Amino acid sequence: MAKAAPQSLRKGIEVSISMAEAAMQANVDVVAAYPITPQTHIVEHLSELVADGRLDAEFVPVESEHSAMSACCGSSASGARTYTATSSQGLALMHEILYIASALRLPIVMAVANRALSGPISIWNDHGDIMAERDTGWIQVFVENGQEAYDMTFHAFRVAEDHGVLLPYMINFDGFILSHVIEPIVYWSQELVDQYIGLYEPMLRLDTKNPITMGPVGIPDIYLETRKAHDFVLRESKATIVKAWDEMEKLVGRRYRPIETYKTDGARILLLTMGGVSETAMTAVDALREAGLPVGLVRIRLWRPFPFEELYEAVKDCEVLGVVDRCLSTGGPGGPVASEIKGALYHKDKRPKVVEFIAGIGGRDVRVEDFQDMAKKTLSVADGAPLPPFELVGVRE
Amino acid sequence: MIEPFNVYAARLLPSQELFAQGHRACQGCGPALALRYLLKALGPETIVANATGCMEIISSSWPETAWGVPWIHVAFENAAAVASGVEAGSKALRRKGRIPDKKPTVVAIAGDGGTFDIGLQALSGALERGHDFIYLCYDNEAYMNTGIQRSSGTPFGAATTTSPAGSKSFGQKTWKKDLAAIGVAHHIPYVATASIAYPFDFVEKVKKAAAVEGPALIHVFAPCPTGWRTPSNLTVRLARLAVQTGMFPLYEVENGKYHMSVDLPFLKPLDDYLKPQGRYRHLTKDVIAVLKKGIDQRYNEILEKCEANHE
Ligand SMILES: Cc1ncc(C[n+]2csc(CCOP(=O)(O)OP(=O)(O)O)c2C)c(N)n1
Ligand code: SF4
Ligand SMILES: [Mg+2]
Repeated sequence: MAKAAPQSLRKGIEVSISMAEAAMQANVDVVAAYPITPQTHIVEHLSELVADGRLDAEFVPVESEHSAMSACCGSSASGARTYTATSSQGLALMHEILYIASALRLPIVMAVANRALSGPISIWNDHGDIMAERDTGWIQVFVENGQEAYDMTFHAFRVAEDHGVLLPYMINFDGFILSHVIEPIVYWSQELVDQYIGLYEPMLRLDTKNPITMGPVGIPDIYLETRKAHDFVLRESKATIVKAWDEMEKLVGRRYRPIETYKTDGARILLLTMGGVSETAMTAVDALREAGLPVGLVRIRLWRPFPFEELYEAVKDCEVLGVVDRCLSTGGPGGPVASEIKGALYHKDKRPKVVEFIAGIGGRDVRVEDFQDMAKKTLSVADGAPLPPFELVGVRE
Repeated sequence: MIEPFNVYAARLLPSQELFAQGHRACQGCGPALALRYLLKALGPETIVANATGCMEIISSSWPETAWGVPWIHVAFENAAAVASGVEAGSKALRRKGRIPDKKPTVVAIAGDGGTFDIGLQALSGALERGHDFIYLCYDNEAYMNTGIQRSSGTPFGAATTTSPAGSKSFGQKTWKKDLAAIGVAHHIPYVATASIAYPFDFVEKVKKAAAVEGPALIHVFAPCPTGWRTPSNLTVRLARLAVQTGMFPLYEVENGKYHMSVDLPFLKPLDDYLKPQGRYRHLTKDVIAVLKKGIDQRYNEILEKCEANHE
């Protein structure tokens, strides 16, 4: 029988729903998840898909996120394609198991609807939740819009399950400002999905025909080497990540890079963002460029493994970099992204100064004017103003 | 009806050791015996999810392993959740024709700490969801792996490093949590208590647990000479005395119906059990009297539930 030509379908759909449907198209075997705002629509929709027989999977309605991630470990170790989603307090409750999932090299895919951490309790968006999980050894990507959130679900399975990688993958998307909006999203045909990710072939699984011991004790004689191997494979995964994006570009025409730049040519200063605010920042850059100001934008998509070379390439020619963090490192250096950027640049002979902004905390709006203001402050440093301490954008004193 | 453990003989158990010798347990370790019997009962078509604790530590020191069956350890409080995932994964893959349609027995293993305390939520969730698996709690009555701290499975009066005896304390002041009753409260098909001193009874119970559809909970009593401050050659004798004195009655609950596994014409004196144990050495007659009263009361409660079935 001749195969129908791959079709793509454009839909106006809530981003969370499209992500759940991407997991369905990826034909996941097990979903173990626990509800939390603003992730709920993903798990609700997945359980509906299972209830309607549109997705042939086991939906495990666990009693906590700790058990969600634990059940995901068991499921993935049994050889099943495994998906979950969470946010904020739920992510924090998973914390302990996140390190173990990656150390066991289990290719679990998880969507994280980024939300502030308590206290005080807040259901609104910032990156406080995920910044506490930086070092868990997962691949971590931040998406900017609904199309990307949907596309990245396929990328996640493709990369995580690659036998040269075998690491869990977190898709970070901003709570509410992305999770709950309706966007036009171009769906992949099932043929395209199957072509891109195929079936999961585990390298090792809990199999009675070939018994293995997973998660043994790491005595001092081996713990360090295990950690080194984990660090190595996470760093090396960048090549597979980029290659899988290249292939996606061939299939669907959309191009994703670890670091994206916007109007950086001739820019004296650059703002740096991560996640959903980037589109607002672009609008601000457009307006400032129109007014003749030499400003541009750098966006980080790939957060782990950190793309050191690509980042340096993107920022090396500007005079000052204005880093916009979405998280406050309480009592510490200001923002976690800025401190990583500064660390990445420190040993370079030629490097921009770094001005730090912490914006959009706990759902506080970051408007186009706020980005314009940040860009102008950054520009004033390029013009000789003293380097200011980090600024909590929009805070009332 | 013939009691199943009477018809067994050691030679009827498989000689294959799926929990191999050479592991690092202390001499006379009760829990290690329990694991050995467990796998003799279940055979090679078994997948184990093991909580952190003595049995995990002594059996899996890389690059060696004592396990002849697929085994996974994730953390301390989540053996039931990991087993849920293994069961769900295996079920989905079989249904989708990705692996042969042969159902393995999934078993979660945890100590009393990993079950009564920190793992209780995960256990309750897994029982309530109805996963087809066995949960085996080996009860050595304290957190042994971290140095003999009390758990809510530590018996009244026992001294541990966090319920020490002192001039103002007689040791553990609380009563052992009733794990089997918690299992029964979930209306699961099979709950049993067992003991390493009654291996054939234990093996029979494990087989029943594997045969039922849905969750099964087995609470196996397993002395720890290191933590109880007892000679290592007394492990099995003490486990038997625990049953014979009424400290740890053996029974099963099939679909809510209680049945005593070992009928005792009379209870042996509690002192026979307490005397050889360092953890009870400090107990005065008065405290022992309180313990005895509590133990008898609990034993009689179980008896009543068993008799209620036969009416
Ligand atoms: C979250 C967490 N808390 C504490 C510990 C430390 N810990 C490891 S094993 C253990 C006690 C285990 O006791 P039990 O479950 O009774 O098993 P046993 O060692 O007695 O066999 C503790 C407290 C841990 N590993 N993880
Ligand atoms: S401390 Fe007790 S339970 Fe742990 S290995 Fe030794 S005897 Fe066994
Ligand atoms: Mg214990």
